[in-house]
Amino acid sequence: MGQMKRYLPLAILGLLAILPLVGLSTYALHILIMVIMWSIVGMAWNLLGGYCGQVSFGHAAFFGVGAYTAGIIYAKGGASAWWGMPLSIVFVSVFAMVIGFICLRLRGPFFALATLAIGVILRVTAENLTSLTEGDLGIMIRERTWIEKTWYFYVVLTLAAITFYLVKRVIESRLGYYFVAIREDQDAAESLGINTTLYKTVALCLSAVFTGLAGAFYTNYMGYIDPKVVFALHDISIVTIMVVMIGGVATFWGPVIGSVIMVLLAEVIRSIPRLGAAHHTFFGILLIVIIIFLPNGIMGDMPKLKRMMRIGKPV
Amino acid sequence: MSSAQLEVLLQTLISGLLLGGLYALIGIGMTLIMGVMKIINLAHGELMMVAMYIAYGLFTLFHLDPYLSVFIAAPALFVLGVLLQRFLINPVLKVDSILPENQVILTVGIGMVLANLATVFFTSDYRSTPVDYATKAWYLSDFWKGSPIELSLSFPWSISFLIAVAITIALWFFLAKTDTGKSIRATAQDNDAALLMGVNVGRMRVITFGLGSALVGAAGCLFIPIYYLYPDLGGQFTLIAFVITILGGLGSTVGAIVGGLILGVFESLTATYAGMGWAPVGRFVIFIAALIFIPGGVVSLLRRQKWGR
Repeated sequence: MGQMKRYLPLAILGLLAILPLVGLSTYALHILIMVIMWSIVGMAWNLLGGYCGQVSFGHAAFFGVGAYTAGIIYAKGGASAWWGMPLSIVFVSVFAMVIGFICLRLRGPFFALATLAIGVILRVTAENLTSLTEGDLGIMIRERTWIEKTWYFYVVLTLAAITFYLVKRVIESRLGYYFVAIREDQDAAESLGINTTLYKTVALCLSAVFTGLAGAFYTNYMGYIDPKVVFALHDISIVTIMVVMIGGVATFWGPVIGSVIMVLLAEVIRSIPRLGAAHHTFFGILLIVIIIFLPNGIMGDMPKLKRMMRIGKPV
Repeated sequence: MSSAQLEVLLQTLISGLLLGGLYALIGIGMTLIMGVMKIINLAHGELMMVAMYIAYGLFTLFHLDPYLSVFIAAPALFVLGVLLQRFLINPVLKVDSILPENQVILTVGIGMVLANLATVFFTSDYRSTPVDYATKAWYLSDFWKGSPIELSLSFPWSISFLIAVAITIALWFFLAKTDTGKSIRATAQDNDAALLMGVNVGRMRVITFGLGSALVGAAGCLFIPIYYLYPDLGGQFTLIAFVITILGGLGSTVGAIVGGLILGVFESLTATYAGMGWAPVGRFVIFIAALIFIPGGVVSLLRRQKWGR
């Protein structure tokens, strides 16, 4: 069993890698790409929010900075938007350090709201700084690298595999224990000699970089970004939180499961003609239900779920 | 400074103060909830949006003046707030989870549902209540013939401001003089001590959430004659309310009033001198500056001067 668990990620990766070979439709491939992209953002958020306990309401800020790095390099620098992926690592980590310097002195809900404000500041800035971002017009990538979605799928899959591996490595290392210690009791962690400010900043930067990479990928894949899309409060920041909350806070597979559920749910709701406009209502109700009944998400509350379904042995 | 520039500056300050008075009312509602329940209500602006739609509905159906609809919308919002607190927020306070921010995320969910339901029922069209006094204003030159500069005072803005002041004074009386008000303040100061002194803390929480919602509902009715209405307007006002509470000092009513006025004036200044689009950025610059330089809010500065309570 232990062996199986160890190779489970590799098995899933292998399975996903051969999936395009069986001839999926473009639509199915698009859904898969979105699921994988969201699980990257979810895993990144989980590193900061789930393990380190710093709930961010503004991951759209990092997503957007990554996306705009790629977009601006293409639109102003004349280079391929793919350069945005390596460059976004630099930009987003510097940006996250600045944000961390300002916001990480706040705790709990106040940190959450400060990040929320940062997300909104960036959206408004991107809307108004037309000389750099083209404002509300957005940036369009005119030359698509590939017509087929298969290669985008492999790019995002590689990215997700790297993210999963690194997050797992970080969490299972000393750093991960520091993070959890900070989450459980910041003062106690501080008194044990953990430099909480430093490690919170590390968690924020790591989380931001993965989110930014997903953002840069988004620019390349979708070929169009504008401030309202990539800096969206509900459709990016809150959905990120939902992905993790539904899947399972502070679990490795939680964000993956959460993103499968969220992306499929969004697609299903959008495809129902009269309910399409109401998809936020469904998200909101789902969020409320999850918080009241499964506060630790599907993976986190697995024992509770099993008991409810009467699958597991009676306790 | 030429007289034209002075005119612009004074006019900006006046409209900033009038806006600030309304902001204060929104901020007080949030700060009350924060003080008593120790949670941040991120559905605050959405509650205001609901009140605005009530006022809008009453205006279009019965031609009821938006200022009169305060008496209907505020009680309605009180009931809505009580229901939300009883059936959604209270259960979550009891649930154990890894993340303590669950309550905040819950209010986000409530806000999302409210905003989206408004879109479904009322579409995302911009609405307004075209009252016949909307463009009425007093001019300085009407009172002082030889005035070197010309200033104007909008009629609906002034009325909204005055009603906001009246509601604030009434609230102050309620909190300072009545039993319930005193119990609410006691709960805010020390939950356990209040419980030991025989205060029904659970009921105070419900009443406070209702009261906070009613206040922001009243603010919504005061806003609608001078503003326009659309379903997604709530988020913006939630952030405004939050910035005010941080600026003023958490849980402090005096702080919320001062914070509201500062924010109103500052926003009005950014709108005049940097452009309308930048006003939200100015709002958050002030927010982050407050977090860094005066983490206790304005009220902590007042306390240092022995002005605040």
